[in-house]
Amino acid sequence: MSAKKRSPWLTLVSILVYFFLYAPIIVLIVFSFNASRTNVVFEGVVNQGPCGPFYWYCELFRNRSVMDATRNTLIIAFTSTVVSTIIGTMAALALQRYDFFGKKVSETALYFPIVTPEIVMGIGILVFFSAVFGWINTALALAPNQRLTMGLGTVIVSHIAFSIPFVTLVVRARLHGFDDRLEEAAMDLGANEFTTFRKVTLPLIAPGVLAGAMLAFTLSLDDFIITFFTTGPGATTLPIYVYGLLRRIVTPELNALSTIWVLVVLIVVAISQWFQRRE
Amino acid sequence: MAEYAVELRNVWKRFPGPGGEVVTAVKNVSLQIYDGEFFALLGPSGCGKTTSLRMIAGFELPSEGEIFIHGRPMGKTPPYQRPVNTVFQSYALFPHMTIGENVAFGLQMKGVDKKEIARRVAEALEMVRLSGYEKRKPKQLSGGQQQRVALARALVNRPEVLLLDEPLGALDLKLRKEMQLELKRLQREVGITFIFVTHDQEEALTMSDRIAVMEGGVALQVGTANDIYEHPNCRFVADFIGETNFLDGTVAEVDTDKARIDLPGGVSLWAHTPQRVAVGQAVTVTVRPEKMHIRPNATDVNQVTGYVTDIVYIGTDTHYGVVLSGGQTIRVREQNYSAESRLLAREGEAVCVRFSIEAARVLTE
Amino acid sequence: MIQHIRENRRLQGFLLILPAMFVMVTLLVIPLTLTVITSFGQRDADGNVIYTFTLENYWRLLGFTEQGWDDLYLRILLRSLWLAVQTTVIVILMAYPLAYFIARSPEKRRNFLLFLVLVPLWTNFVIRIYAWVMILRSQGVFNSTLGAMAGLLNVPFQPLDLYPSQTAVLIGMVYEFLPFMILPIYTSLEKIEPSLYEAAADLYANAFRTFWRVTVPLSMPGIVAGTILTFIPVIGTFVVSDILGGRQVILVGNLVQRQFLDARNPPFGAAASIILLVMTLVLTLYYTRRFGLGEEIAAG
Repeated sequence: MSAKKRSPWLTLVSILVYFFLYAPIIVLIVFSFNASRTNVVFEGVVNQGPCGPFYWYCELFRNRSVMDATRNTLIIAFTSTVVSTIIGTMAALALQRYDFFGKKVSETALYFPIVTPEIVMGIGILVFFSAVFGWINTALALAPNQRLTMGLGTVIVSHIAFSIPFVTLVVRARLHGFDDRLEEAAMDLGANEFTTFRKVTLPLIAPGVLAGAMLAFTLSLDDFIITFFTTGPGATTLPIYVYGLLRRIVTPELNALSTIWVLVVLIVVAISQWFQRRE
Repeated sequence: MAEYAVELRNVWKRFPGPGGEVVTAVKNVSLQIYDGEFFALLGPSGCGKTTSLRMIAGFELPSEGEIFIHGRPMGKTPPYQRPVNTVFQSYALFPHMTIGENVAFGLQMKGVDKKEIARRVAEALEMVRLSGYEKRKPKQLSGGQQQRVALARALVNRPEVLLLDEPLGALDLKLRKEMQLELKRLQREVGITFIFVTHDQEEALTMSDRIAVMEGGVALQVGTANDIYEHPNCRFVADFIGETNFLDGTVAEVDTDKARIDLPGGVSLWAHTPQRVAVGQAVTVTVRPEKMHIRPNATDVNQVTGYVTDIVYIGTDTHYGVVLSGGQTIRVREQNYSAESRLLAREGEAVCVRFSIEAARVLTE
Repeated sequence: MIQHIRENRRLQGFLLILPAMFVMVTLLVIPLTLTVITSFGQRDADGNVIYTFTLENYWRLLGFTEQGWDDLYLRILLRSLWLAVQTTVIVILMAYPLAYFIARSPEKRRNFLLFLVLVPLWTNFVIRIYAWVMILRSQGVFNSTLGAMAGLLNVPFQPLDLYPSQTAVLIGMVYEFLPFMILPIYTSLEKIEPSLYEAAADLYANAFRTFWRVTVPLSMPGIVAGTILTFIPVIGTFVVSDILGGRQVILVGNLVQRQFLDARNPPFGAAASIILLVMTLVLTLYYTRRFGLGEEIAAG
């Protein structure tokens, strides 16, 4: 689409939509400097302790629960992203490049989670793990402290499950315009199947794989519902932690946390942009 | 050393079609390609020429039959173990690598040492006149330059046979003409067998030592450019290569290597018979337009009369459309020898078209 | 073995898809089957599931209880559906102008404008809703801003009672899913050849008709994808209504969650979640049949 004259109304509406998108973010950031502990009314900039206006930020880093939740969230996101990116890319290659028994069924199965409400999947996985764990625990007559329970493992596995279809979708889109002749050319020049994949196919679909991984990572970081049903003791993630807080009292620590979060994301994106520019 | 660089022996290729039916792309093709030859597979799209080439390269395996390269049966040998290299129609240059890396790829795969690679890459790029382009990406090059990189990338490996799949198809006419000569020069220089796929008959005639004309998965005729132009063995070959006239008739009288053919409308003519024919058989006579004359002083045996329907002047020649008394339309091409060459007839004028027995050829299929 | 795999492309494809299928079967097919089985069960006095075959849970959801007609659950279903429709329509109306604006911006600036749409997504889902609590509550940012303006103009001002409420839930839903509509619509708008606009103008269409006859139909894949990415999460979530609706706004999601975790009646919760799934699938199938597949989902 070409850049053409845009009506001032369109510009105005767009600015308003952007404002709508950013108002909560701005409020979050401003309130991270609030002097009031209750976080309802802005009572001026906090200036307390050695950190001064950054009081809540210092409090945040002293808060063990937040630090644990952050660590859990990152472990889950990293692990599930790596695994789902590999499996999802393999599936994308299979669906886009190969013909095999059960292709149509596989394709449908991989679309299914995208159109399934998260809560349905979450409930299903909860039912599944309780049944399996219950069965194993009784069958092996495990002592209470050895019993299998929900935890980091179940959350990671569930995140892998819901990320795979999205990775597959993104990588397939990239494979769509892939010229098969490039692989033939590599083989013609003496590269075997493995070398061809490593030297030609993978570098060419890498942007798609990276985009898929980014999506999987974002989905995992942000996921609440499936985590909610599959988490257990010692596997509290940030969204779960925040949700718990909301039922009690929320201090500006939470705002400080989101501010840092946005800043980190912005820095990461800026760095990746800078790398892309250099290419 | 075996006699042939490449031999196809009774090769068939069947594919599963989109509707589950079996599509036969190549039907019982046998070809012998000599060492050092510039060989063309010529035919319209879908004739099986590209499939044949891909089977030699190893991208497809024959359903039946065997392919030999310098006498060695290829069987299920994967492409990366065959002593051939391919220049693709779309060039298939790796977009994420520089020109230098593209050309070096094959040598790296073979494990040639770095110094040697650098030397041979430079040499190959010089050969295609692209020295100094090593650091560029394929996207930054024109179509013609990309084409030459593809050539260098294949030739640098010194394959026993170079396979070219419509390598000039994507170039404009002028560049294509240049590249035809360039390819011919390269082939003489490196002395490697070239097998070349094209749908352009002029290109095939210009470049090749020998040509196989393919249609519907079958190799109809194999021969030198002169062979297939002057002595086509069937109607399809005669029609596909150059321009020609077809006259349908029946055999009226048979001599040793010629026959008298009766055409509808009471016309009869003598034509050369490469195959045995019988009196009463329905046949087709083919005569190239440039071998027919309406010049009054021509003294050829065959003489047919008709009316001029149209005249096209194209500089070197003048083309006359003539409708014969039997209703058949033929085209006659008269060369314009000198600046004073004038029209030999006008539209609507009655003329006598003359041609020799040798110019007329009887086709039975 | 290796040789066999190398030569058999069907086998290669099968091996590549195998891990994904394994995950889908263990974490989607089997769990859903178990959910269906559970939904036909009952619970005992302690809240344990007894596996029988009864349709009672479904009858109860549809309003037929032992005590007679009760449309409590039916109303919850319809409310969720209605909220999802409202959200989707509002989101399309807000997303389209912005997507159009970005697509018509100078090429160099488009990525930055898109990036601005994505930034809010990178804060946390739950935190974003919490931000709306801060804005909408009676002494919150919205009311105090209005109050200050009223004070300047010397008009009396009653703080609006926005939180918790159904309106707050709607605002929260719209906010959460707006970016998922902007991206696919932008992607489909960006693909449109500029010459098509010229062709339309050449064929006597004015700006409005060009928009209506050319732009909108060609951006349909984006709208379809965005709708799928909005409607399905909205209809199944319980977090937004939980936080912004207080305990007043109960949606299917809340119902399912409470049956499992508070009321300890998994069979009933399972039945509710199966009804939710069937409802979603039927609507998605109808919608995609009608308007085509949303190929632009990948863009989100």
